[in-house]
Amino acid sequence: MKLELHRLKVNSLKFGEKTGFADGVLTVNKAEILALISEDPLLGKNLDVDIAMPGESVRVMPVKDVIEPRWKLSGKGQVFPGMISDVETVGEGQTLVLSGCAVLTAGKLVRFQEGIIDMSGPGADYTPYSKTCNVVLVLEPSDPNMDKHDYEKACRIAGLKTAAYLAKSCADVKADTVETFELPTMREAMTQFPELPKVGYIYMLQTQGLLHDTYLYGVDVKKILPTIISPLEVMDGAIVSGNCVSACDKNSTYSHLNNPVIADMLKRHGKDFNFVATIVTNENVTLADKKRSSSYAAKLAGMLGLDGVVITEEGFGNPDADLIMNCRKCEQLGIKTALLTDEYAGQDGASQSLADSCPEGTACVTAGNANEVITLPPMSKVIGYPEEANVIAGGWQGSLADDGSITVELQAITGATSELGYTKLGAYTL
Amino acid sequence: MAFRIVHYINQFYAGIGGEEKADYEPEIREAVVGPGMALKAAFKGEAEIVATVICGDSHFASNMDDDTAKILGMIREYKPDAFIAGPAFNAGRYGTACGAMCAAVAKEFGIPVISGMYPENPGVEMFRKYAWIIETPDSAAGMRKAVPAMAKLALKLLKGETLGKPSEEGYIERGIRKNMFYGKLAAQRCVDMFVSKLKGETFETEYPMPVFDRVDPQPAVKDMKHAVIALVTSGGICPKGNPDHIEASSASKFGEYDITGVNDLTSETHCTAHGGYDATYADQDADRVLPVDVLRDLEREGVIGKLHNKFYTTVGNGTSVANAKRFGAEIVNRLVNDGVTAVILTST
Repeated sequence: MKLELHRLKVNSLKFGEKTGFADGVLTVNKAEILALISEDPLLGKNLDVDIAMPGESVRVMPVKDVIEPRWKLSGKGQVFPGMISDVETVGEGQTLVLSGCAVLTAGKLVRFQEGIIDMSGPGADYTPYSKTCNVVLVLEPSDPNMDKHDYEKACRIAGLKTAAYLAKSCADVKADTVETFELPTMREAMTQFPELPKVGYIYMLQTQGLLHDTYLYGVDVKKILPTIISPLEVMDGAIVSGNCVSACDKNSTYSHLNNPVIADMLKRHGKDFNFVATIVTNENVTLADKKRSSSYAAKLAGMLGLDGVVITEEGFGNPDADLIMNCRKCEQLGIKTALLTDEYAGQDGASQSLADSCPEGTACVTAGNANEVITLPPMSKVIGYPEEANVIAGGWQGSLADDGSITVELQAITGATSELGYTKLGAYTL
Repeated sequence: MAFRIVHYINQFYAGIGGEEKADYEPEIREAVVGPGMALKAAFKGEAEIVATVICGDSHFASNMDDDTAKILGMIREYKPDAFIAGPAFNAGRYGTACGAMCAAVAKEFGIPVISGMYPENPGVEMFRKYAWIIETPDSAAGMRKAVPAMAKLALKLLKGETLGKPSEEGYIERGIRKNMFYGKLAAQRCVDMFVSKLKGETFETEYPMPVFDRVDPQPAVKDMKHAVIALVTSGGICPKGNPDHIEASSASKFGEYDITGVNDLTSETHCTAHGGYDATYADQDADRVLPVDVLRDLEREGVIGKLHNKFYTTVGNGTSVANAKRFGAEIVNRLVNDGVTAVILTST
């Protein structure tokens, strides 16, 4: 399986007549995007498209998803299969990537669970998406009483369509850089690097209902048994986010496309270990589901003869139980684990950070304490609805001050404690 | 201007006497006494000891509450910027007194509190959460090492500088998690640690797995016919509109709501404040999380004595264990006072 990522580096955004790319500038035809997303009868009449650039005094909130524009230039299928394109296996051929650019879906809240992105100031240090040139969709439902699952889906699809549209519109431009990934079949992989340990990645996906769901080729992941996926399929958008509750540690579609654990494991493949398999699994709410999925994921790792796995969690609290089951069951099979999670240690940091634990979890990296409080100073411009700060997860009544500043826990900031490890934040014990 | 320090020592280090003088009553002197001389030297003029509290170890141990209150009163007028106690090395009663005074001063005045103890001093386990305790050798022979470290840490805290890890600064771990930006992405740190573990090399986990309080379930209720049953939930069910603004995550409070005469929760009357699960179905019918309707049926059928006329609710999502413990203790008190004999706890 071979995939080329053809990257165009976006340094600036502007609205203009024709959507396209030249000299680092992505020009965006606003009317075309509005026409594209207005096709959906579930979305209302007052839709808008805005721009948020790094360093600007701009706050976007509430944010649902972040998506990197990609478009397949060749190879089977198209990006975001099963969502906005046919259900064809992706991960081969050439895919155009608008690097440094993102589509944000924002606007009327689905429920009090979306996140905040500041493009400058102290909040900007915590979110990876203050460094991207952002095309912001400001959305609303056509009917205020619409079923929330329907509205969430409409927002999700609008973001994916826009991301694909932007990249497709630049398909005629020659890439600045081309990155090539070539991965062998499982049969070949198993015989490569016989002197190195065989390892895998257990990729946990949040699957707990509205604003907690993830999609694999369009399938609601809570309905799958753990399965094997190629990292190259992930890069083509086989995994799509439908979640953002406590936005700090929910994996945006952008972070799936750029999964830094996969990136690092591919980089060290053949040197420190033989990276042979990525196993996706879910985090369902019932105990039976948790037991089934963790047993099945560990079983796959065992059947593949893996010596070790990296396990990333998505979310906190309830999914801590899934993380610990995956860890314990792998270790019991003799498969060494390293865990990537985040912490809810209280605003003062004095409480225990996880809701479950096991002695086998000896190697644990955390992306920080999401309860830590931050004050975000007022911004000159807010895209969206700042008053939601008083009700979103991580905020409280009074989070939004009269001067426009917002005092919240880090959990309200999109991607702040990413459990795919997409930030440099961590914690230590005083 | 130099920072103002109040120093606490026992009768022995004040030169008053040993065990025979251990019932010495607390006093305060506007002077630098005993190990205070070494502290003073270590401060190099950046801080000054404005007063020294002296108290016998046995006296403090026997009159902990009274002596604590008395000493707080003595300290107040000196308006200290920081409080230093000891070092106590491995002296158990002295360490406990140092720790207790540090905790009391921190709570009362909100200033940095520093002590020094040998890790096995019982004062460490009791008070490390509340004080910065420099790790010292087990006897006064370690004074020369302990005092400069305590002074250095005190000055750092007074200047508001960021403290490093316990191993870097020499203090005993307090168990408080603090965020910092590392040089590498968390993903890279995790793969690094993974490789170390695979190779059998030593590595330091970023978060040692916690050990939990386990609560054994209570025995079953024998006499259901006379039981007064209350409903308590962490699922966030509250009157529609969430009148007390219970947070969607990281709750700082719980709610108490009357359900006298309420037979059924509906989408018109109740909803959930919880931000951590798909709330659609709880909002449609809150009985799904807080089963008032079923309990009323059981009440009518005589299966239970009665349903308590109040329910208690909070949001479990992202809520710290410390807050949860506090809510639990307070709710239990109210339930017991109201004569409730059994509780059904529902989550989400």
